[in-house]
Amino acid sequence: MISTSIKQLLIVMLVVFLLAVLPFSVAEAAEGVQVTVPELSSSDYPVIAGVNSRVAVWLAAQLHLWFAAFVLAVPIFVFIIESIGVWTRDQRYDEMAFEFIKVSITAYSLTAILGGLLAFSLFIFYPQLMTYLTGVFSESMFYYALLFFAESVTLYVYYYGWHWLQGGDKKWIHLTLGLLLNAVGTLLMLLANAWLTFMMSPNGVDTAGTFTGDTWGAIHNFLWNPINLHRVVANVAFGGSVVGAYAAFKFLSASGEDERAHYDWMGYNANFIAITALLPLPFAGYYLTAEIYEYSQQMGITLMGGVFAWLFIIQAVLIGTLFIAANYYLWCGMGRSEGAHRYYPYIKYIAFVIVASFLVWFTPHTLVLTNEELKALGGPYHKYLGPLGIMPAKNTAVNLMILFTAVSFLIYRRSNKLPTVSWVQTGNALQIALFVAGIANILILGIYYGYFTNTVYKVAASIPQVLTTLVVIVISTVIDSFLYKGAEEVAPLRWGRVPDRSQYALFLLAVAFTWLMGLMGYIRSGIRQHWHVTDVFRDNSVDAFTPTLGYAANVVSIGVVIFMAMVVFVFWISQVSSKKSYPEGYWKTA
Amino acid sequence: MTQFLKIAGFSLLVISLFATYSNLGIPQIKPAPPPSQESVDLSSMDMDSFISLGEKIYNTKGTCTLCHNELGGRAPMLDNLGEVVSARLEDAGYKGSAANVVDYIVESMNEPSAYVVKGFGKVGTNDQESPMPDVRSGSIGLSEAETLAIVAFLQDSSGLDVSIEIPSNVEEVAEVPEEVPVSTGGQGSQRAKYASAEEIVAILGCGACHKIAEFEGAIGPDLRLIGQSRDAEHLRQSILDPNADITEGFVAMMPPIYGDQLFASELEMLVEYMASLK
Repeated sequence: MISTSIKQLLIVMLVVFLLAVLPFSVAEAAEGVQVTVPELSSSDYPVIAGVNSRVAVWLAAQLHLWFAAFVLAVPIFVFIIESIGVWTRDQRYDEMAFEFIKVSITAYSLTAILGGLLAFSLFIFYPQLMTYLTGVFSESMFYYALLFFAESVTLYVYYYGWHWLQGGDKKWIHLTLGLLLNAVGTLLMLLANAWLTFMMSPNGVDTAGTFTGDTWGAIHNFLWNPINLHRVVANVAFGGSVVGAYAAFKFLSASGEDERAHYDWMGYNANFIAITALLPLPFAGYYLTAEIYEYSQQMGITLMGGVFAWLFIIQAVLIGTLFIAANYYLWCGMGRSEGAHRYYPYIKYIAFVIVASFLVWFTPHTLVLTNEELKALGGPYHKYLGPLGIMPAKNTAVNLMILFTAVSFLIYRRSNKLPTVSWVQTGNALQIALFVAGIANILILGIYYGYFTNTVYKVAASIPQVLTTLVVIVISTVIDSFLYKGAEEVAPLRWGRVPDRSQYALFLLAVAFTWLMGLMGYIRSGIRQHWHVTDVFRDNSVDAFTPTLGYAANVVSIGVVIFMAMVVFVFWISQVSSKKSYPEGYWKTA
Repeated sequence: MTQFLKIAGFSLLVISLFATYSNLGIPQIKPAPPPSQESVDLSSMDMDSFISLGEKIYNTKGTCTLCHNELGGRAPMLDNLGEVVSARLEDAGYKGSAANVVDYIVESMNEPSAYVVKGFGKVGTNDQESPMPDVRSGSIGLSEAETLAIVAFLQDSSGLDVSIEIPSNVEEVAEVPEEVPVSTGGQGSQRAKYASAEEIVAILGCGACHKIAEFEGAIGPDLRLIGQSRDAEHLRQSILDPNADITEGFVAMMPPIYGDQLFASELEMLVEYMASLK
């Protein structure tokens, strides 16, 4: 017999589901709708209280995006962790999932507030652009607002019903709510992505930019799916890193061993989520970039070979930092088990490859040099380091970095275990052969095709390099899971037994991820250059110029500081909510 | 509280390191401002000026050199049109309607897929579709007069006789980008024009490799009397495309970046100065 409250809940879920499918009705072309592109001059852009409109919108958009990425990503891995808890019946997973969602619930309202700030900023500072965009996307914007109700209802029931919906069918209903929450959240993101990708690669409009009613065409523009994919993966990596920072903060402030052990375990899982999503991220980036080139060679070359090219050197530094921090955290984590001593000698080699790859990745191709430096160097390119500045070297470096991070993870997994299967030697030999063959293939593709053939092959070789990396990681992980099935635990993992400095690696990950997202957000938007909507709606404001990278980096840095301050508030408020005090003599006694 | 302050300090340190590196560790390139409209009186132009206008649009607003260059292999070079156009017009893969070089070049700019040079088509189209955009549309948006100026430039640079007429009844206003170099180097602020050729030589560091003025560079050719053996045209080419003709005994190592760092008038000032070194 279903209780009344469960019936009520099912009705709520049905309403949410109906709200979620509503946006699909916008796929039809609206008859007779025409939205034309206005021709603007700089006087058409309002100046209000001396505020720099571009920076105001830039910061509001970026802050909204950081929080939105966080609150959309957390339910994805909360759902997965909760499912693992149901599958293994290990309550620790359920508790950890709840703690994660507790952090995101406060962030949720901040996301909405920042979304409002962004919308107001856009309407105030760029009214004509917003008139055009709302003309094109009016229906989807309306459904976007409706979906927010669905998202809020689902999130609140999912969070506040966590301890109510426990055990048996109730747990399944709760899991279904988690799934629904993710579906609605993803749909919200897809709609918002449609608006911004339309500005990059407009579709559903004629050559003059006039919208003729094909809403689905405008949504399903050329770069929509590549951005969708890239954002989902990046959001999970980013969300993992932020909750990792939360766990690290709690670990460092913990008063007892049990608390340290809990937050160490939580931090490990958060880092695992972040790194698991980070590994395929460069490939999602390749796909997005390839699609940008496919859409417009001009845009692609502006991105990778034009004014933004140096930005990717900064990106290399950031991603290198992420990989080094993630590996360092894993190596510190090996101290949890005495059994890890067997693998310590290998760490220095892994560290060498990762640092060397990092250095290759951020070696610039050309340098701005003084006369004396130019003379000393004998030309603008260094004889030996110059070749490391081009993409084949960087592709090779990043693939090696990813592979060796996978090696770090594999030896971490093995640190407390001894395999008991009869084919141990064969399995190890297979894995070693796989890695050696993979590395050799990546090097051959990178060196031979990168330097001794023409440009077409240089670019094309990056795809088999990526596939090699993926194949090696997937097959070696599969072999490893069979190899260590039923393995004997020789030295148990002692959660909490890690040095404090390992937790700073988690903070480094969170800060670097946030900064990297800010930088990539700038470039994604910046490659439109002096166009509000690429090639159809020109930006004639005084801020239509592309700023220097230093300027962009400063804006991003200010944004990161504001974001971090708000995140600290979120962490603090989520702790405050669970604190209770009993002031003696304050309340009247009955 | 101590932990909190430590973490906050650490995070701020990391952020400031990233910001410092972005400001000081990499060159601050100030991109060219958006193209603006400038009136050009076509009726007063002679053919040399019209060709020069075409070259300017080719290198800037037209963004042709993004793909038509020797480095990327993304699009065919356009310095041999005189040799290849006839064969292309007779090629079975030609889908256009041009009957001569001028029509062919105009058609290639407006309908790039009319003929796709082998190996330069969009991936997966078997060279049936060109990745090049229609130059009349979008961010390039060339007018008819601008298109013809580029045609004149391409004919001239391919060694062909320039067979077009300067349009007088098409339009009198052509869009020309402002005269701003791609890179200003240094700290990224837009710089003032250089006052003299000597200043350009000093600032671009020509003396690091060449003997010129008071500099004693020994990596590249001696330029102290370069005007005796090279005319202005050759010198201009040597700055814009330094590896096109390498002086015997030297290797190709001068980067083709200096043309981008100069205003057109500065380039001419430098060329004139070098031609006078006799």
